[in-house]
Amino acid sequence: MPDTTPPDPTHPDPTPRPDATPNATRSGPGRLLIAVYGIFAIAATARSAVQIATRFGEAPVAYLLSALAAVVYVLATVTLAVGSRGSRRVAFLACAVELTGVLVVGAVSLLVPSWFPEATVWSGFGIGYGFVPLVLPVLGLLWLRHTRSAG
Amino acid sequence: MIETLAVYLSVLALFSAAWSLLLVVLNKPLTLDTGLTLGLAFGVVLLELGLVVQAVIGIVELVGLDREISGVTFVGYLLGPVLVLALAAFWSIAERSRWGASVLAVGCLSVPVMLLRLYQVWQGHA
Repeated sequence: MPDTTPPDPTHPDPTPRPDATPNATRSGPGRLLIAVYGIFAIAATARSAVQIATRFGEAPVAYLLSALAAVVYVLATVTLAVGSRGSRRVAFLACAVELTGVLVVGAVSLLVPSWFPEATVWSGFGIGYGFVPLVLPVLGLLWLRHTRSAG
Repeated sequence: MIETLAVYLSVLALFSAAWSLLLVVLNKPLTLDTGLTLGLAFGVVLLELGLVVQAVIGIVELVGLDREISGVTFVGYLLGPVLVLALAAFWSIAERSRWGASVLAVGCLSVPVMLLRLYQVWQGHA
């Protein structure tokens, strides 16, 4: 009996959620963006944990900034992956803080190098990491704008 | 011992990354039902197993080491690629477009970078 197949109960139609399209930020190019964010989140968290645990006194400002960067990367990764309306707002804030951080720390690290005896992920606008820390928040903000729902 | 294995694993990682990029260029999603995607999956699983073996050998060698290196950092770079590659693999599998393979490419490319740092820490340049 063709054309009368009942709807498969194991695959019900996804009910539209009130908070727009939760999958939008983590599909397509967004999946790659979140993956790169995730790698930076893991790297920054691990690095910061080792710095603070073993030699915090040597360069507290740089190491606190590393910890802040780590928190921002983790936050951006998670909120971009969740992609609900509320988490998109947090993701926007995280990307904005990140962009501000890399610009300010980048400029200060070049103008007053003595403030940053130990390099942070944002020193020299992220030159030690192929400028990825500078490009990531820009891409994040553009991606959030691109996936914004029409409503 | 650990140096030789790291070189082999780096080559395998670069090879898998190139394979992933080929899938991106050919616009092939990671369906795991074609020779191209299954071959890549085999390479990535082999790489992951190799990284686990390296982590075990590395920790054993660290315990028996008679010189000073940064032990915590060394273990971090032993376990880092194991974690990152596994996460990248799961994250890529859930994507049904060419972007899935691009995640795998980035995950694979991060492996030789971490192994280079691993080697530097092993040599004593913490």
